[in-house]
Amino acid sequence: MRTRRLDNYGKINRNIILSFRWDKKNYKGFEGDTLASALLANNIGIVGRSFKYHRPRGIFSSGVEESGALVTIGSKDRKDPNVRATTQELYNGLEASGQNAFPNVNFDLAGINNYLGRFFAAGFYYKTFMGIPPFEWGRGTAIWMFFEKFIRKAAGMGSASELPDPDTYEHAHDFCDLIVVGSGPAGVAAAIEAAEKKLDVILVEQDSLVGGDQLAENNFDNSQIKNQLENLGIKIMTRTTAFGLYDNCVVGLLERVTDHISAPNVNIPRQRFWTIRAKHIIVGAGAIERHIAFNNNDIPGVMTVNASKHYLNRYGVLTGKRIAIATNNDSVYETAQQLSEAGANVTVLDSRTNFEIETNKSFEIRKGYVPYNINGSKKIHSLDVSKSEDMNKSETINCDQVLLSGGWSPAVHLLSHRGVKPKWDYNNACFLPSDTKENITMVGSSRGLWNKNDCIASGIAGTTDALNRLGISKTNYFFPKPGGWKNPIQPLYEVKYKKSRSKSFVDYQHDVTTDDVRLAHREGFNSVEHLKRYTTLGMANDQGKMGNIIGLSLMAELLNKEIPEVGTTVFRPPYTPVSIGALSGRNVGKHFRPLRVTPMHQWNIDHGAKMIEVGLYQRPWYYPKENETLSDSYIREASTVRKTVGICDITSLGKIAIQGPDSTEFLNRIYSNGFSKLQVGKARYGIMLRDDGIVMDDGTSWRLAENEYFMTTSTGEAAKVMSWLEELLQTRWTDLNVNVTSVSEQWAGVSVAGPKSREVLNNCVDDSLVITNNNLPFMGVTSTFLKGNIPCRIARISFSGELAFEVYVKSDFANTMMDLLWENTKKYDGCLYGLEALGALRVEKGHVTAAELDGRVTIDDAGLSKMASTKKSYIGSAMRKRGVLKNNDREILVGFFPTNLKETFNAGTIVCEKNNIKGQGIGRITSVTYSPELGHWIGLGFVKGGLDKWKDTNLVGADPVRNKQMNLKVVSPHMIDPKGERMYA
Amino acid sequence: MIRINCPYCGERDHSEFSYGGDATINYPSLDASEKEWTEAIFFRKNIKGFQFETWHHSNGCRMWLVVERSTVTHEIKSVKPCHPDLQKVVENNK
Repeated sequence: MRTRRLDNYGKINRNIILSFRWDKKNYKGFEGDTLASALLANNIGIVGRSFKYHRPRGIFSSGVEESGALVTIGSKDRKDPNVRATTQELYNGLEASGQNAFPNVNFDLAGINNYLGRFFAAGFYYKTFMGIPPFEWGRGTAIWMFFEKFIRKAAGMGSASELPDPDTYEHAHDFCDLIVVGSGPAGVAAAIEAAEKKLDVILVEQDSLVGGDQLAENNFDNSQIKNQLENLGIKIMTRTTAFGLYDNCVVGLLERVTDHISAPNVNIPRQRFWTIRAKHIIVGAGAIERHIAFNNNDIPGVMTVNASKHYLNRYGVLTGKRIAIATNNDSVYETAQQLSEAGANVTVLDSRTNFEIETNKSFEIRKGYVPYNINGSKKIHSLDVSKSEDMNKSETINCDQVLLSGGWSPAVHLLSHRGVKPKWDYNNACFLPSDTKENITMVGSSRGLWNKNDCIASGIAGTTDALNRLGISKTNYFFPKPGGWKNPIQPLYEVKYKKSRSKSFVDYQHDVTTDDVRLAHREGFNSVEHLKRYTTLGMANDQGKMGNIIGLSLMAELLNKEIPEVGTTVFRPPYTPVSIGALSGRNVGKHFRPLRVTPMHQWNIDHGAKMIEVGLYQRPWYYPKENETLSDSYIREASTVRKTVGICDITSLGKIAIQGPDSTEFLNRIYSNGFSKLQVGKARYGIMLRDDGIVMDDGTSWRLAENEYFMTTSTGEAAKVMSWLEELLQTRWTDLNVNVTSVSEQWAGVSVAGPKSREVLNNCVDDSLVITNNNLPFMGVTSTFLKGNIPCRIARISFSGELAFEVYVKSDFANTMMDLLWENTKKYDGCLYGLEALGALRVEKGHVTAAELDGRVTIDDAGLSKMASTKKSYIGSAMRKRGVLKNNDREILVGFFPTNLKETFNAGTIVCEKNNIKGQGIGRITSVTYSPELGHWIGLGFVKGGLDKWKDTNLVGADPVRNKQMNLKVVSPHMIDPKGERMYA
Repeated sequence: MIRINCPYCGERDHSEFSYGGDATINYPSLDASEKEWTEAIFFRKNIKGFQFETWHHSNGCRMWLVVERSTVTHEIKSVKPCHPDLQKVVENNK
């Protein structure tokens, strides 16, 4: 028995026994245990295998800095890899297993890597797999690509579940005057002081209990503190980690709501992602104890000194019987005494020779001694020690545990998130937080204070600082000086012992050794940022909380510099890992983005529509009859429109009301074509350019009255156009008296298209005279009534190239309009048509959409030069004449036919010259369809030089992605009715 | 996270707003030369410190705003409507 549970120690609830499984075996623990404390109590020493060398690893710590006990919790769809056993609370039925090992952590076949260590030094894969010596055989990327898949498989620790996550996660928001991170003595003092001064306070604690490091004290009772905080109205958030600080005093929190419960209520989210907007932030995040690098310093049984104090006093677990403690500072002596009182045989090796410490003499202190090697592989047999001044004077101490304390590093991470660089303190051998102008104050041991009274004083001073900065008070305050030990710390990062080939670890989790740091130096990776990337020091999910300073000190020594000259890497959020589920919150599946439907959405579905997403909109795609496929259906629908009549939901188009005395002038400036002479009762197709002369969008504007227009935009650009019009009116043309209002949701629109469309509408309008060719000519607009006294707007606009009308009613009348139109459409053997047929009709006609107007195309490229007025200036008119936009080899809109009319092609096909099929070719196909009218496949697209250049040339369509190639010929984009006789009918 | 004090809606998260661009550009008249337009739309100063920029309260009141923001700290010194008439209304209501 190496470890044991002591009856008179710990704050666990022995009345509640919890069963759990570790690597498929059953064990028991108590309520209040962490998985780590329960494993230790059950004498389980090996809990994982290391990253590269697959060395057995035990539990190093009792908190978030853990870099050894990373385990997988749960199974199947609730499998959670790389969980720190030291922070995972035990619950009944918890299922955990070791990682990175086969068949298990006790016997791992990949342990062979330990003996192949020289091949796995830092950067090994970059060197090895760039070509195989001696002739660099296979040099180049091909060999790397080949090996990469094996390397990827070998890399990483636990594996994530590939099943969908069954849990829900929540995003939550809160505000407060002051948020205090950490509930140790400093944080609690700050919170109480602030609450007494009437501030609204949130106190955040990552542990399940408030108290901070006091939880490791044998006579500490946290319930009093908790009551006091609650009585003051402080909001206490336990099991909640402040993972990042952001601009303007925003704090990101991760609350683990049910990770400690065996069968959580399914209506409760597993985790909550909080965004807290505070006026001031006080960080009392504590400090983290470091280890010391020496040979085999990773054998299971190695732990930080403070961790063993936590296990003893909080969990009642004595982690060793014969314990050797290696230190360079005063912080270990209280623990040494308590361990020895609990029954362990304790020896303290202190690297310092000249110091005084008061103890009860129940344990041995060896001044001036350092550890240099641990004997053992799966557990500790003994420790080789020597005089720190003379490595030849060595001896061996029999022990089953080695506790290390190489000093303490204040947790400056959160401040570092704000770009504040910490400063090195020589006296205390640690980085201390620097001051910041932002409303953030560091308190307690995270500002380098080692004793409790100083921490409490700093908490009160921190709140005074906050009150001053918030303008509530003007009170003098001072922070205690960093430090607080009786004897100064003696820097000790590494004990070198050159005779052995054993490994001496800097960063346990990524298997970074002292030799790796030296290799990085030899190969020129001297900057800390290079050191980090070359060796992966500090890149594991503990982010170098224990090992970073050791690595820096080694590099400083190699460069003959001081640590502050070498610098430190910037800590970035998150402080501890945040699950992807918490980041996405409820925005998953169908909730990922908003869904927009038209007011006749249900009507469309009820009438057999298959829907398709266009942007955020659901639009009818096609209306299959019986067993029709998509292609059967759209061909039938498009043919029916050309033959008789069809109706189509076009509500998703953007609609903007433009009103005011300067409306005409406004439209004349934003459209490339003239609008000044548009009569009331007429509509006009218009093109808008961007400032830089490229096409932004196209649509129609209807002049309803002298000072009132109704503008339609494309579905995809509706929001952008609206913002653009507002920008112009509010920032550039503030003298124009125009108001723009989005009315996209207010109007439901239908296109009625086909030679019989006028007959259909005749039966639907109150007064059929309004839609005669005389009263409503091509591009005519009228406001009238549908039968049943439904007010409507009708414009004779055609996208299909047929005689066609767009009919708009208030959204509430959408279904009535559809019923009325459909009833009359059926009388002429008409059909409902969807987006696919709409696409076929417009491609036949050579009308462009977003597929063509992709933000690279000019008005000339799109073959619409006639739409560019020469009589006026408008947005983009100067820039569209830029040299590069006038080159002869620009890609111009054309139509495409396959040379062999039986062949098909796809959008995305690259158009090439014969015998020169490569690269980007000379053009591209943007839209394709089967043309029912022509009886074969047709396409729209672009080709350099346009129709004139390639009219009689055979070109090749290359489609390497789909492994296809076909011969093409270029035709006019107006593939049917080029004169528009049908539209004007 | 940037928070912008919209003169109409009050202080809101930046996620309600869309970034516009440099608020100090004087766009030339529509019949100005290609050269003047090129200057106006392609050339920008890369300011370290406070700059005036436009933001659109696109998920709010739809007002275009001039925001004086530090590109280093995100500190915001002032927010006002772009449109001078709206500026006057805001001033009068103070």
